[in-house]
Parts: sequence; C-alpha cells; structure tokens
Amino acid sequence: MTRYFTKDHEWISVDGDVATVGITDFAQNALGDITFVEVPEAGKALGKGDTASVVDSVKAASDVYAPVSGEVTEGNAALEEAPELVNTSPESEGWLWRMSVADAGELADLMDEAAYAAYIAEL
Amino acid sequence: MSDTYDSNSVEEAEIPETLTLPLDAWHRARGGRMVEFAGYWMPVQYEGIMGEHLWTRENAGLFDVSHMGQLVVSSEDEDQQDAITALEALMPADLSILKVGRQRYSLLLNETGGIIDDLMITRWPGGFFLIVNGATKWDDIGHLREFLPDDITLTHRDDFALLALQGPRAAEALASFGIAPAQPQIVPVDQLSFMQAGPYVWNGVELHISRSGYTGEDGYEIAVPAESAEALAEMLCTHPAVKPIGLGARDSLRMEAGLPLYGHDLNEEIDPISAGLAFAISKRRRAEGGFPGADRILTGLSQGTETVRVGLKLSGRQAAREGAEVYSGEDKVGVLTSGGFAPSLGCPIAMADVPAALGGPGTELFIDVRGKKLPATVAAMPFVPHRYFRKGAAK
Repeated sequence: MTRYFTKDHEWISVDGDVATVGITDFAQNALGDITFVEVPEAGKALGKGDTASVVDSVKAASDVYAPVSGEVTEGNAALEEAPELVNTSPESEGWLWRMSVADAGELADLMDEAAYAAYIAEL
Repeated sequence: MSDTYDSNSVEEAEIPETLTLPLDAWHRARGGRMVEFAGYWMPVQYEGIMGEHLWTRENAGLFDVSHMGQLVVSSEDEDQQDAITALEALMPADLSILKVGRQRYSLLLNETGGIIDDLMITRWPGGFFLIVNGATKWDDIGHLREFLPDDITLTHRDDFALLALQGPRAAEALASFGIAPAQPQIVPVDQLSFMQAGPYVWNGVELHISRSGYTGEDGYEIAVPAESAEALAEMLCTHPAVKPIGLGARDSLRMEAGLPLYGHDLNEEIDPISAGLAFAISKRRRAEGGFPGADRILTGLSQGTETVRVGLKLSGRQAAREGAEVYSGEDKVGVLTSGGFAPSLGCPIAMADVPAALGGPGTELFIDVRGKKLPATVAAMPFVPHRYFRKGAAK
C-alpha cells in the first residue's frame, strides 16, 4: 500500500485499484475542532481536483478535493455520528471516502511522505 | 482542501501592516495561534475553540481585546455638560442621567440612523470612557474629531491594553489577587454590579475595571497600562479557573449570547430597531429625539421595521455561515449575518435579517448551504441565557 499527498493536504492510500482518501494531520490541526463532515456517496464520479467532501470546523467549512480521478465506492459512514474522528485519527479512522483509481498515472503528480513533510515544513 | 466558506473574520489575510499588541509575545509563548484581525496579530485559539468555549462557560476565560479602541471624551466644565451635549448629538444614550461609574451600551449613528459602530460608554469623574470596535476605531476617531466641537477633548488611550475575564468563576478569580479599590467609595471588584465600573490599584498600577463583556457570562473588562499587561495576564492565569481564550471562542460565545457583531450583524445600512437594539435608545431620547437618524429610528420604534434580526437554530450538524441565503419556501427572504456551530448547544446557530412577518419564534425557514436547503427555525435570543451579575441596590 502506497500513500501519496497533495499540496492541498489530502492523503490518498492506494491498494491495488482502490484508494482511501482523507485529510492530513497538518490539515486537521489547522482546521481545529471538526463538527460535521459531508462525505460523497458511492457511485459519484470524481475528476482530479473536483470537490468531493466538505469538512466543517467551528470556524469554517473547507472543501476537500479528489487527488485523482475515479469513482467513489464508499463514504466513511462513521463520520456522521463522530466527525471528531477527523481530529483524533485523521490518517486512519477519520478517512473520508474510498474510490477507484481511473488513471494510475495521475499518482505521479503527488508527493510521497518525505516530500510532503518537507513541503509543510516550509509553510 | 481549502477554506472556501469562512466568514468569521478570524482568518489570516494579506494586509500590509499588521501590528503587534502588548501581549503578542505572551500569546505566542502560551501557544496561541496568531491570525491577522482588525490590523493586529491576535490569538484565534490556544488548545481549540470548542474546549475554550466550554471552559469559559464553566470557569473563566481570559481574552485579550487590546485591538479595541479605548477613547476618552471630556470637556473643561466640571459637570461635563458640554461633553454630554456633544456626545448626545452623535448617539442615542441619555448621558445626563449616567452616574459616575456607570456604563451603557450605545451606538454611533449616521445621518440616516445607520450604525457607524456599537460601543460601551462609561462616565468617569473627568469625562466619558468609550470602548469601540477594533476594526472601526480609526473611522470612529475620525468621525468623533469631525463632529465633536473643538472645545471637546478626544484622547485615544492606546497606551492601555484591554483584557476581558469572562465566565461564572471570573469574580472569584479576580477577587483573589489583591486588586484594591482606588477610592474609599469604590466597592471591591466582586461587588461591582453588571455595567458598573471603577478605578482600582494593583501593585501600584492603575486599573479601570468594569463588570461587563461580550460573552453573555458574568465577567469583567480590565483596562491596564500596556507595560503592565503581561504581568497582569500572567498573574490572572495562575488562578486554577483561568485560561487564556482566543477570538474564535469569543465569536461563538457572543453568537450564543445573541449579541450582534459589528461589520457582520451591524453596519451603516442597518438601523438599531431592525437590529434588535431598541434598548439602546434611552427613554428621554425616545421622547426628545435629537440624535442622528432620529426620524427613521423613532418611526421604526412606533410602527415596526420592514426587517428584523432573528436567531436561527439548524436541525442537523452542518453549519451555515455568514452570507448564506435564507429562504421561506421558494422565496429568498434574507442573508445570514453570522453563523456557526454553537459548542454549548451542540448544534449550528445563525443570525439573519428577515422580513418582520417571518421574525416570530418557531417560523420555519431554509438556509442554502452549497445548494442544499437546510431547515432552520427562528429561535428566541439569547440562545444561551445571559448570566450577568446584577445587585439589588447598586450604588
């Protein structure tokens, strides 16, 4: 399983042709207490960069973009009752949605863990 | 991801000269997340808005509100009659009956009765002390200089910081630090009544303390010389009930308390009656008028206004923000002026201006959030009851 990161602070973990997407620990920390998460429904087609999800914190609502193109297979239903999972476990239990990967070539545009760590260190 | 729907004005912004206030280093040392607000670096949060909000409702939160403008208006005559006349020409308060050490909420009004700013005004022995909003203070100073007669003195006390200690344990905490009345007739801090103020002395430093604030809780605002602000803040935080709280929680607290915020719920177009601030028009001024926009405001008082500011409770967990459109059925009837998640209530709340006919509690409306129509119900404000400390017989 390989994990990639975007400049907009999404992570995507790819396992075969299925990927899991969420926001990074850096992102949840910047957003603060998360009060609501809107996740996409299974079957929704996503183009790379499309708004797929909305994360609401006490102070703001933020769009979350699809890191790659594909189709949503599952939204994280646990977030309906427990949106705070995005704060407590952003890169594990607080995942937002799972999707197919239409073009594995798009992953090449993303950062690996070391590159992302260097990227946020500059922010 | 990106912040696209923020409207709470506590986001970072690119403004060329962002200034630092006396407690800047103290906030940073305490882990405050600093953002640009009203031209200054200010702490938006320390540990998290939710926890800070609830801490203030249950204990005592220390807020740095030094960005606000502290102004003194005075005249040379001993009874300040000239200052009263001059200020009453600009705001609808009855200053003639305001005793020394008493505070009022009032408004600077434009010629058409629109609100230039909302403010707190306190009578002191040698004049009036005004606390105005940070984002509007330079315009306020310009307005006052333009419209106050030349023989009225206006002083901007930017040599003072301003701290707000808010919450049910604020009195207990403040009284524990040996802050003494500066004059024999002044009561100890924990005996001040809501909207009462006085001079105090702490370690030889003069403090002006009022029992007031903008969270709906009991509490104080403390004007302290800038050079002593850090020592005072540090001392207050040694009390187990006191934690520093950021502007993020200040915004959610004031929203729950149903208190309007200038630049959001109030502006130069909105008159005080539509905004739900009829209480700020003093009895004598209602009878006599003589303040800017009196025709429009007095007509609104007697006949009602076209729109009213209402509170809205949303049923789900998704919050609606300032700028979101409000619908009654298919008709767009207004726009949110404030909105967010209410930590004490566990649901989103908002404020909006809507036609008066839709202003009754229980009216069902919809708010458009990203194309979704979220159901909302008009609710009586405050959303969370005020807990101000009022004595039976305050001096």
